[in-house]
Amino acid sequence: MKSDPKIRGSKDDVLLDMRNVIIDGFSDEQWHPIIKGVDLTLRRGEVLGLIGESGAGKSTLGKAAMGYAQPGCAIKSGSIVFDGIDLLTATEAEKMDLWGSRIAYVAQSAAASFNPAHRLIDQTIEATVGHAVATDIEARKDAVELYGALSLPDPKEIGQRYPHQISGGQLQRVMTAMAMSPRPDLIIFDEPTTALDVTTQVEVLLSIRSIVERFNTAAIYITHDLAVVAQMADRIKVLRYGEEVEDAETNTMLEYPKEDYTKSLWSVRALEKPEDPSDDIVLDIKNIDAAYEKSVKVLKNVSIKVPRGRTVSIVGESGSGKSTTARVVAGLMPPLGGTITFNGQTLPPSIKERSKDQLRRIQMIYQMADTAMNPKQTVGEIIGRPLSFYHDMSSAEEERRVIDLLKMIELDETFIDRLPSELSGGQKQRICIARALAAEPEVIICDEVTSALDQVVQEGILTLLLKLQKELGITYLFITHDIAVVTAISDEIVVMYQGEVIEQGLKSKVLRPPYPDYTKLLLNSVPEMDPNWLDRFVDARNSGTQNIK
Amino acid sequence: MNKKTKYSAAGEVGDVRVRRTRWGRMKIILSKAPISAWFGMFVVACYAFVAVFAPLLAPFGEAEIFAKADLPWAWHDGNAKHFFGTDQIGRDTLSRLIYGARNTIGIALVTTCLSFLIGGSLGLIAAINRSWLDQFLSRGIDVLMSIPSLIFALMLLSIFGSSIPSLIMIIAVLDSTRVYRLTRSVAINVAIMDYVEAATLRGEGLEWIMRREILPNIMTPLVAEFGLRFSFVFLTIAALSFLGLGIQPPTADWGSMVRDGSRFIQFVAFDWTLALPSLLPAGAVALLTVAVNFVVDWFLHMTSGLRDEI
Repeated sequence: MKSDPKIRGSKDDVLLDMRNVIIDGFSDEQWHPIIKGVDLTLRRGEVLGLIGESGAGKSTLGKAAMGYAQPGCAIKSGSIVFDGIDLLTATEAEKMDLWGSRIAYVAQSAAASFNPAHRLIDQTIEATVGHAVATDIEARKDAVELYGALSLPDPKEIGQRYPHQISGGQLQRVMTAMAMSPRPDLIIFDEPTTALDVTTQVEVLLSIRSIVERFNTAAIYITHDLAVVAQMADRIKVLRYGEEVEDAETNTMLEYPKEDYTKSLWSVRALEKPEDPSDDIVLDIKNIDAAYEKSVKVLKNVSIKVPRGRTVSIVGESGSGKSTTARVVAGLMPPLGGTITFNGQTLPPSIKERSKDQLRRIQMIYQMADTAMNPKQTVGEIIGRPLSFYHDMSSAEEERRVIDLLKMIELDETFIDRLPSELSGGQKQRICIARALAAEPEVIICDEVTSALDQVVQEGILTLLLKLQKELGITYLFITHDIAVVTAISDEIVVMYQGEVIEQGLKSKVLRPPYPDYTKLLLNSVPEMDPNWLDRFVDARNSGTQNIK
Repeated sequence: MNKKTKYSAAGEVGDVRVRRTRWGRMKIILSKAPISAWFGMFVVACYAFVAVFAPLLAPFGEAEIFAKADLPWAWHDGNAKHFFGTDQIGRDTLSRLIYGARNTIGIALVTTCLSFLIGGSLGLIAAINRSWLDQFLSRGIDVLMSIPSLIFALMLLSIFGSSIPSLIMIIAVLDSTRVYRLTRSVAINVAIMDYVEAATLRGEGLEWIMRREILPNIMTPLVAEFGLRFSFVFLTIAALSFLGLGIQPPTADWGSMVRDGSRFIQFVAFDWTLALPSLLPAGAVALLTVAVNFVVDWFLHMTSGLRDEI
């Protein structure tokens, strides 16, 4: 076991060497290159950040580092040498022997990667014991230590639980423990914190970083979040369209990006909407209480005022009730008490009692565009349905209007016959926006609409939303946990915590001190581009706890 | 198109930028069909052809009577009059096979469609509704399923008489219980998707949500089940006919032909052609079952996104 944390990637000790790797993917009945000749060198103990927008090939490259090509992909040429072993000529059996013992992989969705029928500790040590790296007893003892090192609560007992019994952030850490259990030389982290909210993300980042340092493990950290990669990586490689754009040490890359594309990635977060106060309230939510199955209250006395033609963002961590608020407004979840006034009229609590016109005026856009569109309907059918449903358009009129809407969302008429599976993530979200626009609504509820997208696409969607607001005067109720998005789009901000509204106010007021405690924690948890941010965050937190003591 | 130019949303995926028609999609799909699927489609098409044009193809009438128990390929005046011979009361075996295609397949198809209509729509309603209605339907179906289906069918047939309409209704209802179970369980997984919620939010009615939002997304398991059920119904009818409660004479159907022909089986030691009157209809059932399942397998393979190693 390696223990000296100081040796971080000595120059000569190359662990992984990939030369001129070309990977093809199969789609539309033909092979397309996904990775077009990328070199990648990783020294022992080094952390390499792989960043790029979706479709840049970063996950494919990450998996190729294990000598693995997912179904529908094939490594066409190049060389991949892991610690002297050529992974491209190695047999399946040889590779299987490496995977799970010397190379480990941490997937984005921990919840989907665990077997719900087995205890966590059994899954943690499975590969270790299976590859005879350690005996069952040793591995179990070590797993408990790893849980502790990853600051999981009650490390002795937590392994006895089942995956559904712990939270998403904890599960992600157990998965890291699982990867770490055989003490691999290389771990590939594929967007491990993307699905987590900021306050949880910080904890997971801290755990991953400390454990990678402690065991001097080399890692490839794949993400689209620059601020995250700045905390984790020694070196950053930027990918685009399957080609390397730039590769440099983290500090150099952050301070002196060379390529235009890299600079554009860095500047995304500069988007900011000037706030514009208004007193014309279109949607007035008053004293809403709500509960699932009449048990635990998830909303307690929530009151929010939404001015016309403006954006109100609701922020908070998962479980804070922000999505529930959206569902109550949409009529999907009738509240226990309180009223919602829309254009001066009281809205009936449930969809069934609302008129078609009331339904038309409030539209919703979902976080996962994938599941929000029927995979068997074409884009034309998806956008066309609200037109024929609400506006009784004939099919010729409908097609014309669909093309108009497609142009409005910066796509064109060739998309009309596509199925959702033929679109990229950003395009899908645009189609969802078009579907909402087709109804000609007054209020659009946006539930985490950008959180599944990468930075450049995110910026595109936000700019589009801002443009549409300006042109059509639409009001947005914007639910998000991403503070960068909040600054970009909102006029007013509502902070929620455990089902209660902590504060509501103009952006300038909420984002500037003095803050309530929770707002402060939330704001401080948002990673910054500064590579030392995580250290400062820990220092601040430690001094904070000392103050309390 | 130069990809390195400014970011554009339309340019994110794919360089192919033509509008594709449904027919164009069909052509792509058909061009990928494996040989087994083509074989299956060919056989099914042949059966369909025979069933539709039975009166034109059959050399004799369905119930026309000739010399009893004529052997296959028996030469009369230098002509093979009855190619596959005649049965125990002198009906031409080939003609009855051809008419049998019409009756057996027709009835099986109508029965399967009906059972899918009943089971499928009830299953969808239960999956969307999820309230007392779901409980009521599911428990009712449980009761029906708990009675062994062949015995139940025999009982009902003896109550309602074994006419073709009652045969169809009884088998359809009994089979719909399986279809209901399957539909409900797969539809529940689709009914929780955001796009179904989006349709509800739009104010869409039950019929639209069932038919346009959920049904297309559960077609894969349903079609697989359809192939399987079709074969089972086929066999159930054959079994009932074999027991004498299915399709009544003189209507030709393969099940009763197997039963009638089976009497000759004991004489096969003397002349093997005596096995033909029962083996031919049995083979016809077997071939169609295999062909239908070839097509269904291909469809499953295509829609489930499973891929062979390329």
